[in-house]
Amino acid sequence: MSLTPELEAARKEIEGYAREYGLDCFETIFELLDSDELNEVAAFGGFPTRYPHWRFGMEYNQLDKGYSYGLSKIYELVINNDPCYAYLMRSNMLVDQKLVMAHVFGHCDFFKNNLWFAKTDRKMMDRMANHGTVVRRLMDRVGLEPVERFLDCCLSLDNLIDPHSMFIRRRTEPTEADPAEAEEAPVKFRAKGYMDAFINPRAATDRERARIRKEVAQDAKLPPVPVRDVLSFLLEYAPLKRWQQEVLEIVREEAYYFAPQAMTKIMNEGWASYWHSTMMTQKILRPSEVVDYADHHSGTLATRPGRLNPYKLGIELFRDIEDRWNRGKFGSQWEDMEDHEQKRRLNKKLGLGREKIFEVRRTHNDVTFVDTFIHEEFAQAQKMFVYGVDRRTGRTEIVDRDWRKVKEQLLFSLTNWGQPYIYVTDGNYEKRGELYLFHKWGGVDLQFDFAQATLKNLCWIWDRPVHLETMLENKAVLLTCKNADGDITQRELSPSEEPRGIGAG
Amino acid sequence: MSRDARLSVRKIDRDRNRFHEIVRGKIKQDLKKYVSHHELLGRKGGNIVSIPMPQIELPHFRFGPNPKGGVGQGDGQPGDPLQEGDGEGEAGEGAGQHSLEVEITLDELAKILGEELELPRIQPRGNNQLPMKGGRYTGLKPTGPESLRHFRRTYRRALLREIATGTYDPDDPVIIPIRDDKRYRSRRDVMVPDFNAVIIYMMDVSGSMGKEQKDIVRTESFWIDTWLRSQYKNIETRYIVHDAAAKEVDRETFYHLRESGGTKISSAYELCARIIESQFPADQWNIYPFHFSDGDNWSGRDTERCVKLLNDVLLQKANVFCYGQVRSAYGSGQFKKDLDRAFEGDPRVITSDIADRDGILGSIRSFLGTGR
Repeated sequence: MSLTPELEAARKEIEGYAREYGLDCFETIFELLDSDELNEVAAFGGFPTRYPHWRFGMEYNQLDKGYSYGLSKIYELVINNDPCYAYLMRSNMLVDQKLVMAHVFGHCDFFKNNLWFAKTDRKMMDRMANHGTVVRRLMDRVGLEPVERFLDCCLSLDNLIDPHSMFIRRRTEPTEADPAEAEEAPVKFRAKGYMDAFINPRAATDRERARIRKEVAQDAKLPPVPVRDVLSFLLEYAPLKRWQQEVLEIVREEAYYFAPQAMTKIMNEGWASYWHSTMMTQKILRPSEVVDYADHHSGTLATRPGRLNPYKLGIELFRDIEDRWNRGKFGSQWEDMEDHEQKRRLNKKLGLGREKIFEVRRTHNDVTFVDTFIHEEFAQAQKMFVYGVDRRTGRTEIVDRDWRKVKEQLLFSLTNWGQPYIYVTDGNYEKRGELYLFHKWGGVDLQFDFAQATLKNLCWIWDRPVHLETMLENKAVLLTCKNADGDITQRELSPSEEPRGIGAG
Repeated sequence: MSRDARLSVRKIDRDRNRFHEIVRGKIKQDLKKYVSHHELLGRKGGNIVSIPMPQIELPHFRFGPNPKGGVGQGDGQPGDPLQEGDGEGEAGEGAGQHSLEVEITLDELAKILGEELELPRIQPRGNNQLPMKGGRYTGLKPTGPESLRHFRRTYRRALLREIATGTYDPDDPVIIPIRDDKRYRSRRDVMVPDFNAVIIYMMDVSGSMGKEQKDIVRTESFWIDTWLRSQYKNIETRYIVHDAAAKEVDRETFYHLRESGGTKISSAYELCARIIESQFPADQWNIYPFHFSDGDNWSGRDTERCVKLLNDVLLQKANVFCYGQVRSAYGSGQFKKDLDRAFEGDPRVITSDIADRDGILGSIRSFLGTGR
């Protein structure tokens, strides 16, 4: 349902402020929903229609239970689309609706302007609906169960993508060069016939010839370089039926659509919180609403010892950046200042803060955001710490407050949006058409039972044995799945074995 | 969302139904596991059981628990523990094991049990007829409240009367019903059969029955309860424990009492017969005595007495008599042999041997598989 006149007036007012502050949004359409409708949309990941899949039903049941027991409540939902759609819960009080609207405009500006969203499909609402139609049609044609089984498999692999690949401009399609021809024609400098032996000495042309031969041999390797976008590799090389390709294509497309949101969680929520707080306190709030606003705002930003609240970290970082650039606390001159007190108090009254945070929201993602802008003073002021499990007592306890360690740990958990790096390194392993995956281990093992189940799914799609090289308890192991219904075998790789992966060892 | 969308079936319902089907399928598939483990008993709340189901989540390549921990915010010095129970305080160890709980009603569970074990529906005895609550508005009568007026019948009668009396004008077809025309819906009581059932559990609590044996009985009786409750609306349960003497106890005591005397099974059968005679007339009640022991009895004479009691009283009254023999380190298992010999070919007596937890399902099947 569209907004009530009261809410519509609020929307107009808030949109005006957003524009005044320089937020640059898609047209934003608000819908007013009851809790069960909102839960439905939330279960669908923010969209009114998705392809049929049981996990949406499972998600709904959990949201519904959480809501009816009063444990959790969704305030708002906003989706990255042009126009941008946002949903409000009908039962919320007016001040909440205003807060949410201001928050939504922050998200909307972020979607539109943050670099990492640049390649996302802005007509995703329609596209998701189309995906729904396609999958339903396939289910009618092929049957519910085969499609569902295949969807389950694809979804179990949907984190094996390479979000950066959206930005890579491919070299021109490699032409089907005849290896023999290429081999025969090493590059030569132009020379008159009698000078040729001197300008292009035999040794050099031989070297060149050898290099080319090697290159050709490498091209024959599939893939020529390790590929992180496992889904696209499967699309291209797995023995898929036409309908299976369609399904996999859909899952991959949606995975790429959602990836930037996972990569900018802290920034996106921080940015939206910064703006709802700024707009509410400077423009929107009526005196009678202050207490409720403060209550709900502080609830959103509350921190708990063992958990990092992205809203809180994000808004504090943006505020800190604004303050630093307002006062000139940046650059090597500031960084190198010896006197802590002087360093803290520095104020050059530059007033560059606003401009800076707009720039930051355009170019950064969570990893670079945290890496660039968390500094010693900030980590201390925010009381950040690293926690871990004490091996002796089994207790979770604070381990360290050193800001470098905090940053390192935080960056680790944010890298590749918290997912392991998995590469396809060989699609024709041992020349038997087997698939070889390599997990670039960074200190944490894969969850073993899940890894096994996922490998089986992969094997089912590849229809040939599948291998995964990873680390288990500090040993390099090779997990092999011969067929999707069989067991996984596990073999320790000896150090003498040639590492198949990249940068292994 | 448009108004029509809300009136029609919601899109999410299809996914929910499918999810529900999958859950049912998983339970069915793993029924043996769920039946052999008594955790379900502790998860009962009202009419709903909550079942842990980790394997329903879609697997991914993802990190296991991070030994390094994570980053948090707040007060405290290095070495201070994070407050327990405060959210994801134990993220370090808990993150890896994600357990999903699904809820299912006992009726649904009974249905799954029935389908999987191919249990026949019970043909109850007795012919009590009770009026169904509310009844059905299937009749008509000439008087009643206006809110129940049957428009079509009233109109038809009025039309008939006007045509018959010649006051009907096809060019101006105005029909005005008079009092005589009016017909009202009326309620008719629908009689539904109402069957009562009583389950009488008897258990040997002598020294030879250990904790494991009692756990098996407890688990098995949970499932028997679940099934029989799905078959009868009105069901009572009674509990009798016995060693050398028998007494009626409540449910709690039944499962936890431990005695150390000898075993005289006839004492339990006697008490059971007395309870039936005094409280549950066989023409009104479906009676299900279940007896569990490890098969040791005091003497052959007592066993003879048991057989006589069964023949003379219990089997006359009960739908079926079930004896489950739980294997224990001390029991000889003689009693089952004796019963089998005495009642060979008698469908009213069912005996089963429960070797261990995995035997529970088979035992339930033999007890309930006859549909008596």
